[in-house]
Amino acid sequence: MPERSAELPAPLPALACRDLVVGYGTRVVLDRISVEIPAGCWTAIVGPNGSGKSTLLRSLAGLHGASAGTVHLQGRRLGDWRRRERAQRLAWLAQTPGATDLTAREVVALGRFAHGGWLAHRDVDDDAAIDRAMRATGSTPWAGRRVSTLSGGERQRVHLARVLAVEAAVLLLDEPTAHLDPPHQEDVVRLLRAQAQGCGVAVLSAIHDLSLALTADRLIVLAEDGLVGQGTVHEALRGDWLSQAFRRRIDVVDHGGAWLWRPAVDGAPGG
Amino acid sequence: MSAARSTFVAAIAADADAGRPPIVRWFGVCIAVTLLLILGGLLIGTTSVSTSIHWLLAPNSQTALVLWQIRLPRTIGAWCVGALLGLAGAIAQGVFRNPLAEPYLLGTASGAALGVTVALLASGASIGALAWATQLGLTGAAVVGAAVAIVLTLALARGVVQTSSLLLSGIVVGFVLTAITSLLLLAKPQLWRTLQVFLLGTTGFLGWRATGLLAVVLLVCALPATLLSRGLDALTLGEDTARSLGLSLPMLRLALLGIVALATAAVVGEVGVVGFVGLVAPHLARETLSVNHRHLLIASPLCGGALLLAADLVSRWIVRPAELPVGAVTACVGGAYLAFLLWRRTRDA
Repeated sequence: MPERSAELPAPLPALACRDLVVGYGTRVVLDRISVEIPAGCWTAIVGPNGSGKSTLLRSLAGLHGASAGTVHLQGRRLGDWRRRERAQRLAWLAQTPGATDLTAREVVALGRFAHGGWLAHRDVDDDAAIDRAMRATGSTPWAGRRVSTLSGGERQRVHLARVLAVEAAVLLLDEPTAHLDPPHQEDVVRLLRAQAQGCGVAVLSAIHDLSLALTADRLIVLAEDGLVGQGTVHEALRGDWLSQAFRRRIDVVDHGGAWLWRPAVDGAPGG
Repeated sequence: MSAARSTFVAAIAADADAGRPPIVRWFGVCIAVTLLLILGGLLIGTTSVSTSIHWLLAPNSQTALVLWQIRLPRTIGAWCVGALLGLAGAIAQGVFRNPLAEPYLLGTASGAALGVTVALLASGASIGALAWATQLGLTGAAVVGAAVAIVLTLALARGVVQTSSLLLSGIVVGFVLTAITSLLLLAKPQLWRTLQVFLLGTTGFLGWRATGLLAVVLLVCALPATLLSRGLDALTLGEDTARSLGLSLPMLRLALLGIVALATAAVVGEVGVVGFVGLVAPHLARETLSVNHRHLLIASPLCGGALLLAADLVSRWIVRPAELPVGAVTACVGGAYLAFLLWRRTRDA
């Protein structure tokens, strides 16, 4: 009901950036980008390669300094948070997480660092969070195995568990479905949805697969020359943001209530 | 003390539920080997073993002097040196995320060598005076030289923000200081033999004073290091991920490299440049036990200590009644072990 929400004071977004300018050296990747990530919502970032999806996630996570603009986490400037307090509220998953020789459980346990710090060792809460995260991602069977001996998909799920174990209010995930087979992609999407709707977490993820991205609550559509739009999937489709971002016709079909991207390949059966 | 102990107990508990080979057994074996080597260090000297056993059982005042004032401090001191190098090596490899990193990579070895050369030039000491001089002036000179090298390396790398610049700076500082040492030696070539004893590393001059100092440094280094072990674990996931977990990387690096610097400066100050132990001990610990730094930072010093005790025994035994520099032995053993690792890796690949 957009009419009513327009009258009420807008709830504070879990994470927001305003006029963010980010670059590498002299090359500007994000030019005056402003986005808002509401709590209890799964937002997907889509856009072509090189449009700055990862850079946006890294900047929002405070890992890459911006040359201008601000990032606010729960209404407070990112830089004003104490390091550990920030890490308790904001978790980030790299596009290609490292192949460490630690065991899966040891890696997931590192997600609890912000809660314990240097001196405290794991308590009951930590163990419970680790177990929950590993169960949710189905990575419990490899708890004792070295992460470097796992397959790409198994590794991805261990790192996802590490991010969930933080129990943060904001999850920033760079390609969480990469390296996963379709059923496990589906599991991850279900997991992100549950985090958002069940736990009230603000989930923001870059997703390559357009059909998967279209199952999100909201979309942030990036093009090479900037932000095309942000809003619900309906708004994105009505405005044809995807075609603008990719500079070609993106054909989305309604398949019994679900939006699907149909690749326009000549001679494809059913085309 | 209690924090380190609880870390240790937690480590054992965590391992039990991970279902890995019992860590207690590993430490048991390691400590047993170390005790055997210490016993060997007491028995084996330039006299024969049977005489030494006789000494142990029925000491008179003169043999007691040899055991208590020469062999025991030397043996314990050698263990401390190995443990310090094992600890510094494990930390260096963790901080630089590179299995080839070693304790001397901040240029400490070259700095210490230069410090000793300058001290020798200033005093005009001969080989005969070395044993006495090591106790006082040379140790200080080596520590000062090592400290200067570290400061230069940090200044050249502009702090600890980038590990790759740190590595390169360490190499540059090492080369420049070595070059200065060589130039000084050209002026006074008779110092070369004296310096060589130092460069090869020798445990022969370790007395109670030096051993006590090494033991204190080991304690001062090991306790904070074990507390920072989670940070080293987090670093294995990549620097960005470590930062996202709430770590301050510059602070962590500064603290850990401070420990490495202190440990290596103490070692080169007391026994000279003993190579390869700091490189091999962490590999040995990782191969046989675990890559988890909570374990590694205890296991690697134990491995290093045992390695150096063994090397010290060999150096005393092999050319009786003379002695080899212990650094020459560690270089041979360490080189062989690394060659074996390399051979196994290329075979498996």
